[in-house]
Amino acid sequence: MTEAIFGPVGRLVVEVVEGMGNFTLLIRSSFQWFFRARVEWRQTLIQMLFIGLESLPVTAMTTFFTGMVLALQSGASSKYFFNEPLFVGTVVAFSMVMELSPVMTALVVSGRAGAAIAAELGTMKVTEQVDALYTLGTDPVRYLVIPRVLAFLMVLPFLSVVSDFTGIFGGWVVAHAKLGIPTTVYWHDIVDNMEPRHFFHGFLKNYVFAFVIAFICCYKGITTSGGAQGVGRATTNAVVYSMVAVLVMDYFVTAVLVALGIP
Amino acid sequence: MIIAESVKKSFGHRSVLRGASLKVETGETLVIIGGSGTGKSTFIKTVIGLVKPDSGSIKVDGQDLTRIKTEEGLAAYRRNFGYLFQEGALFDSLRVWENVVFGLRYLTDTPFSQYRKIATDKLALVGLKDVEDLMPSELSGGMKKRVALARAIAAEPSYILYDEPTTGLDPIMSDVINDLIMDLQKQLKVTSIVVSHDMKSAYKIASRIAMIYEGKFIEVGTPEQIKTTSNPYVRQFVEGLSQGPIKMKIKEFEA
Ligand SMILES: Nc1ncnc2c1ncn2[C@@H]1O[C@H](COP(=O)(O)OP(=O)(O)O)[C@@H](O)[C@H]1O
Ligand SMILES: [Mg+2]
Repeated sequence: MTEAIFGPVGRLVVEVVEGMGNFTLLIRSSFQWFFRARVEWRQTLIQMLFIGLESLPVTAMTTFFTGMVLALQSGASSKYFFNEPLFVGTVVAFSMVMELSPVMTALVVSGRAGAAIAAELGTMKVTEQVDALYTLGTDPVRYLVIPRVLAFLMVLPFLSVVSDFTGIFGGWVVAHAKLGIPTTVYWHDIVDNMEPRHFFHGFLKNYVFAFVIAFICCYKGITTSGGAQGVGRATTNAVVYSMVAVLVMDYFVTAVLVALGIP
Repeated sequence: MIIAESVKKSFGHRSVLRGASLKVETGETLVIIGGSGTGKSTFIKTVIGLVKPDSGSIKVDGQDLTRIKTEEGLAAYRRNFGYLFQEGALFDSLRVWENVVFGLRYLTDTPFSQYRKIATDKLALVGLKDVEDLMPSELSGGMKKRVALARAIAAEPSYILYDEPTTGLDPIMSDVINDLIMDLQKQLKVTSIVVSHDMKSAYKIASRIAMIYEGKFIEVGTPEQIKTTSNPYVRQFVEGLSQGPIKMKIKEFEA
């Protein structure tokens, strides 16, 4: 009876703890390889191009429309209260730069590049290509994981800055064409209020997001088992875990940055 | 020389190797036979250090694998081996020639300028020509196995482990692979362990044959000895009979 109830729960607890332990080991092992100065720069470059090109159109598109929506809504609400659209540029730029660009970029990249990486590494695992790396004198952490982690760390901030611009541009399109706000007003609403620390608030988030997405997707990939079905499961899990981790980490990073006076 | 002593390995509750002991002499080709799922692949993966045994020891030229503690030590140990995976395990994002020379960067000091030529040479050794720039997905099953073999021998290991080199190939291609294994044996003077359940090929290439059953090696002998064995398990397997001491269930639900 107790076995029937606690058996599965116990196994689940063991599995979760074991999984987290292995995940931590992967991160540790990556740092060891990294500091032994054995970085595969060629692979890193290939991955940077892959992640960047794969995700750029989608992130640009997504944040462009987000900027448009922000302008429309803030314009509508300030019209309701003040009879004219005020501070639309400020609302769009602050929302994009501090919060929405990094988060939306991270979510889109999880779904595009993260999924692709989990599926690729998962397929390599179940077809023994990961084992083949060991027999040929290298190691999946060195050859597969580190290049992808580095690529994410370098590309995600870049994508996010592009998203800042596409978002603000999207906001401008609506402000200009639909709300009738002069371009100079929109622009001054932004530059008169924004300071470098606002930019860094959003920018620093990217590194945390890149780190969690890359490690989760690589971990899910190289621990895949169970053939084609296993690859599918690993891919879905990688995306879901990355997205949840991004949103959860976002809160804690924001809390830390606010505490440090980088609002 | 490879000496495995009472190697045990379980996956969860499933005990796969239950005290496997085997000695492989330098220069010989030892063929491991046994039914599907009896732990043949697990055994050779244990030998090369891809699977960590629960207990027992594996010594290669006097060095004990189970005492190696560091990643570097393990990598140096693996340097002795070439490994042919059951499905080839070619890197499908790399071209054929890049696959062949993949290990040279990590295992040797060969300058990069020679890679292309080495790839061509190794491919010629396994009977392939003009395939350097193809992708693995463009190759047939037999060609994939050959490319995988070229990759396994590229860094000139002293031991080659073959996991079912002829499974899934037509009879003629199987025999071509057999000839290849024997050629490599003569030319490179390597020591080989070949996993197979193809008896025809086993008799042809083996200097000795070892049968694995329920996680242990139950008989080791020359092809002649195996052909005339009195061990009923081995006899049933080599003659391919459904009746005998080895019970294979026709229906999974039969006891
Ligand atoms: N990594 C693993 N995890 C769990 N079970 C495994 C693993 N590798 C092998 N097994 C199990 O061990 C048994 C023996 O497998 P294997 O050595 O591949 O057999 P063979 O090569 O003789 O057909 C099989 O039942 C297989 O399911
Ligand atoms: Mg096998």
